[in-house]
Amino acid sequence: MSTQKSTKVEVNNLTKIFGKHINKAKELSRQGKDKAEILKETGATVGVDRADFKIYDGEIFVIMGLSGSGKSTLVRMINRLIEPTEGEVLIDGENLMKIDKKQLREVRRKKMSMVFQNFGLLPNRTILENAEYGLEIQGVDKATREAKAKEALDTVGISGYNDEYPDQLSGGMQQRVGLARALANDPEILLMDEAFSALDPLNRTDMQDQLLDIQERLHKTIIFISHDLNEALKIGDRIMIMKDAKVIQTGTPEDILTHPANEYVEEFIENVDRSKVLTAGNVMIRPTIVNIEKAGPRLALKMMKDTEVSTAYVVDSSRNLLGIVDANDVIRLVREKNGDLTSIVQTKVPTTSEDTPISDLLDDISQTGIPFAVINDKKQLRGIIVRGAVLGALAGNEVSDFE
Amino acid sequence: MNSILLGSIPQIPLAHWIDNFVNWLVQFTGFFNGVTNFIGSINNAFQWFFDLVPIWLFIVLVLALTYYINRDQQNWGLLIFEFLGLLMIWNLDFWRDMTQTLTLVLTSSLIALVIGIPLGILMAKSHTAEIILKPVLDFMQTMPAFVYLIPAVALFGIGMVPGIVASVIFAMPPTVRMTNMGIREVPDELIEAADSFGSTEWQKLFKVELPIAKTSLMAGVNQSMMLSLSMVVIASMIGAMGLGTKVYFAVGRNDAGNGFAAGLAIVVLAIILDRLTQSLTRTRRKH
Repeated sequence: MSTQKSTKVEVNNLTKIFGKHINKAKELSRQGKDKAEILKETGATVGVDRADFKIYDGEIFVIMGLSGSGKSTLVRMINRLIEPTEGEVLIDGENLMKIDKKQLREVRRKKMSMVFQNFGLLPNRTILENAEYGLEIQGVDKATREAKAKEALDTVGISGYNDEYPDQLSGGMQQRVGLARALANDPEILLMDEAFSALDPLNRTDMQDQLLDIQERLHKTIIFISHDLNEALKIGDRIMIMKDAKVIQTGTPEDILTHPANEYVEEFIENVDRSKVLTAGNVMIRPTIVNIEKAGPRLALKMMKDTEVSTAYVVDSSRNLLGIVDANDVIRLVREKNGDLTSIVQTKVPTTSEDTPISDLLDDISQTGIPFAVINDKKQLRGIIVRGAVLGALAGNEVSDFE
Repeated sequence: MNSILLGSIPQIPLAHWIDNFVNWLVQFTGFFNGVTNFIGSINNAFQWFFDLVPIWLFIVLVLALTYYINRDQQNWGLLIFEFLGLLMIWNLDFWRDMTQTLTLVLTSSLIALVIGIPLGILMAKSHTAEIILKPVLDFMQTMPAFVYLIPAVALFGIGMVPGIVASVIFAMPPTVRMTNMGIREVPDELIEAADSFGSTEWQKLFKVELPIAKTSLMAGVNQSMMLSLSMVVIASMIGAMGLGTKVYFAVGRNDAGNGFAAGLAIVVLAIILDRLTQSLTRTRRKH
């Protein structure tokens, strides 16, 4: 899926070491010593240790980690608010480390804007003047920049506060202004540093939804820093997990949930509300399938005995779902010496698609006795969802009995 | 005693060195004459204006200015105080002395501001500048103000100008310090915001740092002004005219009545200047 996208940002070997004795710290880090050992031996703090990753055009890339993991340092090296000790950042193939101050200003003005955790709004300027800031320093004339700023404020859904001051607005509103200020420049890349972390839970959910909404329309490349895995899983197209200055794992939300790279990630994802992330496709298992064009009651009964189930799913030769048969009915047919299953197929089977989140199915699953059949666009049976597998997946066990 | 304690260590000829330094400075007469003329002309411009304006108009102007600066929260008490206070100065026949003192304060504050704010900015931006300037500021502020008068007379003669120079040296530190502090206290996130949008250093200074440091910066200006007012009496010893001269003369004649009367006039002037500059400190909004 993502392999077809073009690379927008490429980060190679990006390293930041704070303090003195930087070369010694680099040396120790190459020898495989960790952040704590290096700090003890040299007094230098490794902020980011040889990060390598690519960000694709138009995706939301979440960099995730606890405080001190280096995620904020990493994002600040992408626009060189912090000068890297080593390594390079390529934007559209252009090496940001090789450009001079003036060119860097140009990149910051035109290509990327940043949204801050505590909003970073200028308290002495009105909302409109804040939203205009990026354009104002580029020398855009008053009328144009006002129009663009107003448009950006509209986009984030706060028009009508133009002449208020930041401290007259709630946190959620202030961050909308922060986002509008970033959008007013019409940048290709948005850097969002814990942008929603200072907001209360309701406002945060709101802003997440709005960001996804805006992304749907504007298709920016968004680099989002977060310490909240639920947030990362919700908005991220891909997630990169960092710990102690190192990149631990990069992947889609599903990748990370289903194949955590190590114990740390496992521990991390233990507390996640998986129902919102896992889809029917993740938890479905292989059902007992009876091809009605080939099998009669005896074969069906044998298959059900072998797999120890009382229900089999009936399909035709192109694997289209026809319905289910119950073991009792099959036994009756066998006794009556009836060779055709058609009469006992129950066609009322609840179905769902592979990409439906489990959270949407939980209620129905608990109410119906018959497992959901997962089908694709062509109505072909892909798998079924049984309660046990759903609960197992929510508890963090991998669903393993699917081929 | 001295010789017992210090034994054979000879006395450091500190006073002699400083004398030599001042004498060495005196040879740059051309330079110091130029400075004297420059400061003198600023001083004369203020004085010319104050002499030109009739007293009643001056009082009206002060009241109008106060009203304008405080237009969003009227302070009638201050207006009444100003009115009565200025009438009193007029009545006591201290008017011209008051304007001379005001001229000295305004000139030295203006110079302190023009030199002090850029120094404060430099101090905030450069670690080296801070390390060098900090002890210099401590020295300027703690050295007894009388001491400045001596070289000031040697270099700038007697009259208003050496008084102004001494006032500038004594009164400038708060402006420098508060400007430095104000800029250093601008939240990191705002600096990062300014940088991340591609501001130049000047844009960052004028659009972010100075506006946000404004409150602290103005507090420094207010303190400088008050300090230069405190120099008024001292400066009168080297011939700076004004209310200070009245106080100085009263001291010489043991004349408590006239001394206090002139002192009160200084207090009135101080309160008016303080309240006006304090009102400028408040952040004003468009609505």
